[in-house]
Amino acid sequence: MNHDAPLTPVLSMRRVGRTHGSGAQRVDAVVDIDLDVHAGELVAVMGRSGSGKTTLLNLAGGLDEPTTGTVQVSGDHLGDMSKTGLAALRRRSVGYVFQQFNLLPALTAGENVTLPLELDGTDLRSARAMADIALEEVGLAGKARRYPDELSGGEQQRVAIARGLVGPRSLLLADEPTGALDEITSEGILRLLRGRCDAGAAALLVTHEPAYAAWADRVVRLRDGRIETVSQRSAVPPSLAEVLS
Amino acid sequence: MGIREGLLALLANGPKHGYQLKVDFDAATGEAWSLNVGQVYTTLQRLERDGLVDAGPADDEGRISYNLTAAGREDLRTWFETPVNRSVANRDEVSIKLLVSIAAGIADPQGIIDRQRRATMTELQDLTGLRGDTPATDFAWQLHLDRLSLQAEAELRWLDRVEQRLATAAPQSPLQPTPGPPVATVPQEGSR
Ligand SMILES: Nc1ncnc2c1ncn2[C@@H]1O[C@H](COP(=O)(O)OP(=O)(O)OP(=O)(O)O)[C@@H](O)[C@H]1O
Ligand SMILES: [Mg+2]
Repeated sequence: MNHDAPLTPVLSMRRVGRTHGSGAQRVDAVVDIDLDVHAGELVAVMGRSGSGKTTLLNLAGGLDEPTTGTVQVSGDHLGDMSKTGLAALRRRSVGYVFQQFNLLPALTAGENVTLPLELDGTDLRSARAMADIALEEVGLAGKARRYPDELSGGEQQRVAIARGLVGPRSLLLADEPTGALDEITSEGILRLLRGRCDAGAAALLVTHEPAYAAWADRVVRLRDGRIETVSQRSAVPPSLAEVLS
Repeated sequence: MGIREGLLALLANGPKHGYQLKVDFDAATGEAWSLNVGQVYTTLQRLERDGLVDAGPADDEGRISYNLTAAGREDLRTWFETPVNRSVANRDEVSIKLLVSIAAGIADPQGIIDRQRRATMTELQDLTGLRGDTPATDFAWQLHLDRLSLQAEAELRWLDRVEQRLATAAPQSPLQPTPGPPVATVPQEGSR
């Protein structure tokens, strides 16, 4: 833990609920969520299919509005922001890696990655330079000019990751970002995410894999939309010798 | 349990005295299970008694070197060629805890699963942290940490499985006291 970390969490959710439909159709997708994520922290979100993980991430990134409760990003209440303000915050501060990759098929891999930067006013040359770095980090150097349908599923997923992580972002939200990747590539992505957090970002990572969740400082488990258990890395980690004794 | 054969293996490339064997064993295993010299000498005496090593003459400093015998080499070959049998002693405390909680109807199995999952997840998080900090050159430790991590992972997956089975299984009724040999009476919480 970083001792001079600012006290304001990057993400702060208070009594957040999201209900879809009404009457017999009513689904409480998430219920009464209290969650703070500070700069430097990686928090994993686990739970069965339908337990509310994607809903939680959408609410955290301002892609969906809570039915009850409040969401703050870096101290700003998302509920108080105008549509344009919210869109700007999403482009500038929030990196989102979607469960479905959501790449634009008419744009190359490189263009998909530079798009959020360009929309935010970064000049094309710097945007391309940052995109090249991001693509290289996910092991796709040299594939910037391919279109999504010229890439394998795992490569498309890595383009989506590069797009989510490109440029300076204070809040990273990744929904099952390694679903289409083999173990070694996945571990590389986890290291990348961990590295971003160690460098000061805050991140929420949805995953079904205990081994990937284990890279997090905290693991939150959802059941029926509620936070059920939280496991925390030991405050004083064991030594190598202790783990085998 | 592997120490005997481990020492035989370290003698395969030439004679060594006891202290050297201790040092070599510790180095080979990343000092995960550091041996004490006494343990090494006791083991060597047994190996000598069984004809698997020969004790040489003492050197100037009074240290005795040990040699692998032909029988020792044969024993070692068999050990390397035989897979370790893990099917013995696979009694597991978490399984017992869960199963008796269901059988006796005295504790909520879901609570047991949740608490165990939290503890094992923390263990896996700690191991992952150590793995990140361990240099790739430290082969022995990479190997130990991989094994422990995969075991923790397996337990977490198993707990998920148990949870699913409990959710779909027919409700279990607590075991009724069986008439039979008298047993000590367990005091009941409250009475009905
Ligand atoms: N737009 C919607 N309208 C109605 N119900 C919805 C809607 N979006 C999600 N839900 C419901 O909300 C619950 C939570 O969905 P969510 O997508 O958050 O689950 P998840 O944990 O991400 O699952 P998975 O692991 O399968 O991705 C589910 O019961 C789902 O059916
Ligand atoms: Mg989802």
